[in-house]
Formats: sequence, structure tokens, C-alpha cells
Amino acid sequence: MSMSLTARPGSRAPRRIGGVVARHERARSLRALAFLAPALLVIVVFVLFPALEALRLSFTDASGFGQSSWVGLDNYVEVFSSSSSRRAILNTLAYAAMYGPGVIIFGLACALLLNRQDIPFRSFFRTIIFLPFVISMAVASIAWNFLLDPNLGLVSYWLSKIGIHGGDLFASSWALPVVTGIAVWKNFGYFMVIFLAGLQGIPGHLYEAATLDGAGPWRKLFAVTLPGLRSTMTFVIIFALVGSFQAFDQIYILTQGGPDHATETIVYRIYTDGFRDFEMGYASAFSYVLLAITLVLGLVQLRINAAQEKDLI
Amino acid sequence: MTAPTASVAPSPALTPRRRPTTPSQIARKALLLAGLMAISALTAFPVLVVAIAAFTPEAQINDWPPRLLPDSFTLANFTDLAQRLPIGRQMWNSFVFAAAVTVLALIFNSLAAYALARIDFRGNGLVLTVLIATMMIPFQALLIPIYQMVASLGWVNTLWGLVVPRAADVAGIFLLRQFFVTLPRDLDSAARIDGAGELRVFWSIILPNAKPALLTMALFHFVNNWNDLLWPLIMTNDSAHRPLTAGLTLLTGSATGAAPYGVVMAGSLLAIVPLVVMYLLVQRRFIEGVAMSGLK
Repeated sequence: MSMSLTARPGSRAPRRIGGVVARHERARSLRALAFLAPALLVIVVFVLFPALEALRLSFTDASGFGQSSWVGLDNYVEVFSSSSSRRAILNTLAYAAMYGPGVIIFGLACALLLNRQDIPFRSFFRTIIFLPFVISMAVASIAWNFLLDPNLGLVSYWLSKIGIHGGDLFASSWALPVVTGIAVWKNFGYFMVIFLAGLQGIPGHLYEAATLDGAGPWRKLFAVTLPGLRSTMTFVIIFALVGSFQAFDQIYILTQGGPDHATETIVYRIYTDGFRDFEMGYASAFSYVLLAITLVLGLVQLRINAAQEKDLI
Repeated sequence: MTAPTASVAPSPALTPRRRPTTPSQIARKALLLAGLMAISALTAFPVLVVAIAAFTPEAQINDWPPRLLPDSFTLANFTDLAQRLPIGRQMWNSFVFAAAVTVLALIFNSLAAYALARIDFRGNGLVLTVLIATMMIPFQALLIPIYQMVASLGWVNTLWGLVVPRAADVAGIFLLRQFFVTLPRDLDSAARIDGAGELRVFWSIILPNAKPALLTMALFHFVNNWNDLLWPLIMTNDSAHRPLTAGLTLLTGSATGAAPYGVVMAGSLLAIVPLVVMYLLVQRRFIEGVAMSGLK
């Protein structure tokens, strides 16, 4: 999503010309407020207030029932010192480190293929590759659980035919890569579409010039295509990372965080600590770790966008 | 297969290509096509398997070696499903939840976006800055306080609890605002000279001209809410009030003992059919909308 704020609505009317202008401006402000009020009410009540409330809770031992007391930074100390919590943060980072490159490489490869004029049935392929993005992660997980079932899954069977006997992947050390892979499978079509839009924006004359200079296809990829996708890439990387830090659905359905905490992620811990173990204060501290990571990613994106815009002008 | 697809508008990124003539060109093209077919098979196959298994008799699902196609089809999985889950009720819940969020967000977000894009009022920049600052807050981080509020309002297991907190969202407002800003000012000044008020300009000038952006937002909201798991998992705890996506976990969960695969696949199929049909019907506009969401 664009962060460009350069386009401002209209030109501001000069203030201090007289009472008429001021009155007009007040009326305009009131009208604007009326348009904004419903949305702002929802956002203040269900985003801003909860953000502050989560911060307050993170300094308490709230359980969701009865009294809670102030515990200072205890919850945060616990988040960063307990081995299971650190594990959840590291798992989330590992998930991001696999998911980001996964969706970007698959998405970009498909976009490059589908951007070629000499490939037939391009819109058919595009439709099929994007399809998993429309189905829920819950159903995607259920489908892959079925296919990978060591006792009756088709994929397990095919793997066994070529000598790979994985057993129950979701109970093995492969659990985290596999739950990440399911997310890559479901989402890379989205990234393909974003990359395709980016590719359409690269001016054709750059390719013509590169051809005249005798550049081959790989040279064109690195000298024209990838530089031309720079702002798309910024969006895509941040979007992929933000999405990784919210991983939950497949883990809830397939592994419940196991085996032995190997697939517990930050959001999974927010869910289990907060809503199963009723450690709402502790889960709120986890929430703020998630919030802080996401905000940092957002700031990085703003910075890069600003730098790129300056570059382009 | 070798004929170039003349019906597709040529991409500006590429110079027109001639038919492949040399054997190596033909070989390379065949290789690329094979790769694309393999990837498409990979994406479509699991969806296809769910659809087939939903109609496969349980005994054949449990056969080894497994086969893609059964000897016979059955509806038994669906009748079994109906006994385990209030499936009609849950599909209805999913529809009402996703549709209500979509409609409310369309109204509230577009009103707010109009004010930010088209009304020059004091504090415009401030409101916009605050909204952008909150855009990055993930809802997962706010689940606990939101749940506590919803619970204290008595909204757990109600449509209110599912819908009201999502009736407006910053990303939606921002998407629409960015689109409204690009519409020419002349559009509304003509209407204003004719004495049209703000609401009229909004309703009969801006909204009709912003259909692609509105459609994009609506599709995103409907799909995301229909497919959401964590939110309805927390806001509802009984089977009759759950939307279907979260309801499916009652079949896979260990607490109640997992249901047979065929039943789970039948439920999964019902959970994806409405969206897959909708997607196939409007897929071009859907994909264009997705592309728009990532553009600057």
C-alpha cells in the first residue's frame, strides 16, 4: 500500500482574511468531522484504546478474572528470559526467514514467466496459481494434512515411492519448515500478481536499449528488471515480513505448537497464554513484542519509500 | 501451442517476439511451459483433492496405497457432517459476518476517506498522520483488550462482537483515500456550483467514479473475514454461533476427537466453494484489484 502523502486535497483557503472565511472553515471542519465520525469512533474504541490497554495490561499480572496487580517489567523480563518464550520469538524469525524468500522467489519466477509474450494460456495459469490465495489457511492446512498423512496421504505415498519415508512430518523436526511451506503455497500467487503489476510498470524502451547493447536475458534481469522492481520489492518484503509475524492458523490446526514447542510462534503464544492459560498480562507483553516488531517494519518502509521518492525526483 | 496469443494485449515491457524457429528456442519454450504447468498443478492439486475426497467413501480414503479417484462417489460424508456440525447455520454465520463487515466498512471507510481526500479542513494532515501511525498495529496484538471489551458488553457469541470492532479499518480508509485523491477536482466543483452538498458530491460523484477501489476493498474484506480463523475462534465459543472456518476446527480438534477425513473434507469443501465460485466469476477484476493494492 502506498505511503505517499504528497497529494494533498486542494489548496488551503487563506485564513485571516475575515470572519466569513473563518466561518466557512469552521463549517467545513464540522462537515469533515461528520464524515469521519463513524470510522474514527470504531478506530478509537477498537484500535487506539486497546493499544493503550494492552500496554497497561502488559505491566500487570491480569488473568481475566478478579484483581490484578502491577508487576512492572516482570512480564517483559519473562518474555526475553524464559526459554520457551525465546523459542517462540526465534521460531517466528525462522518462519519469516523461510516464508519471505519463499513467496518472493516463487512469486517473482511465476511473474517473469507470465510476463513473457511467447507463453500461451497466460491468464489461465495466472488464475490457477492465484487460486490458493482465495481459500482459507485453515482449509489449506487441512488439505495438506490429508496429503501428507503417512498412513493414507497421496503425497506421502508418492514420496515413499521415491524412497522418502518422512513419517508424520508435523511431529518431526520438519514441522516448522512444513507449516511455513503451506503458507508459501497458499500465498505466493498474491506476490506473483503484485510482481506482475510491477513488471508492467517497467518501460519497454529500457529492454530495447539493453537488447541493442547486446544484453542477454540474465543481464536484462539484473540490469533492467530487478532495478525496475525496486519499489515493488520494498512493499513485498515488508508485506511478507509483517505477514510472517502473524503466523497462527496452520499451527493451531496442524501442530498446536509442537512437537516440543518447535512450531510455537508469537501469535500462537498470545493465543495460548491469553486465552487458554489466562495469563493475560504476560500475553499482553507478547502482544507488545509483536506490535513493536511490526511498527519497526512500518518505519523502515516509510524511510525506504521516502528515500526512493527523493531518488526518483 | 506454438502460436503467440494474439488476443492478449502486448506488454509494454517486451518487444514483440517472433515465433520460435530454432530447435533450441522451441526447447526452451517447452521447458518454460512445463515449469508453469508443474506450478499450476501444485497449486490446484490440493484443492482438487479436497473436492474429490469430500465425495469419497471413508473406506476408500483409508485404503493403502491411496488413489486420487475412488471407485464410487458418495454423499455420506455430508450427512455425517450435518450430524457433527450445524453446518447450514455456520455457513449462514460466515456469510452474515463477512457481508456485514464488508458493507459497514464500505460505508464508514469511504465516508472517512472522502473527508480526508476531498474536504480541506483544519486537522486533515493530523488525522491522516495518526491513522497511518495506527495502520501497522496488527489486530493480533489487540486481541486481549478487545476480547475483554466485547465480553464486558455481553457480545461474545454474537454477531455484534464479530462485526462491530471491524466496522472500519485504517488500511481500507487509506486505500480509498489514495484513490479518491486522484479523481479530478473538476468533477465535484461542477456539482457544487449546481448547489450540491457534501453528501451529494460523495454519493453521486465520488462513489460512482471509485468503483474499482470500492470493489477491491469489498472483495478483500469479504474474503479475509470469511477465511479468518483466530478472530472468530476468540469471539465465539459455541458451535451454533461460529462461522464455518472456525467451526471446522471442531472437526479437527483433539478435544472432541478428530472426525474422519471424509467428513473434514466435506466441511472444508463447503467452506471454500462460495469463495472459489466468486473468484472464478470475477477473477479478472479480483486480480486487478489485488494488483492495485500493491501499487504506489
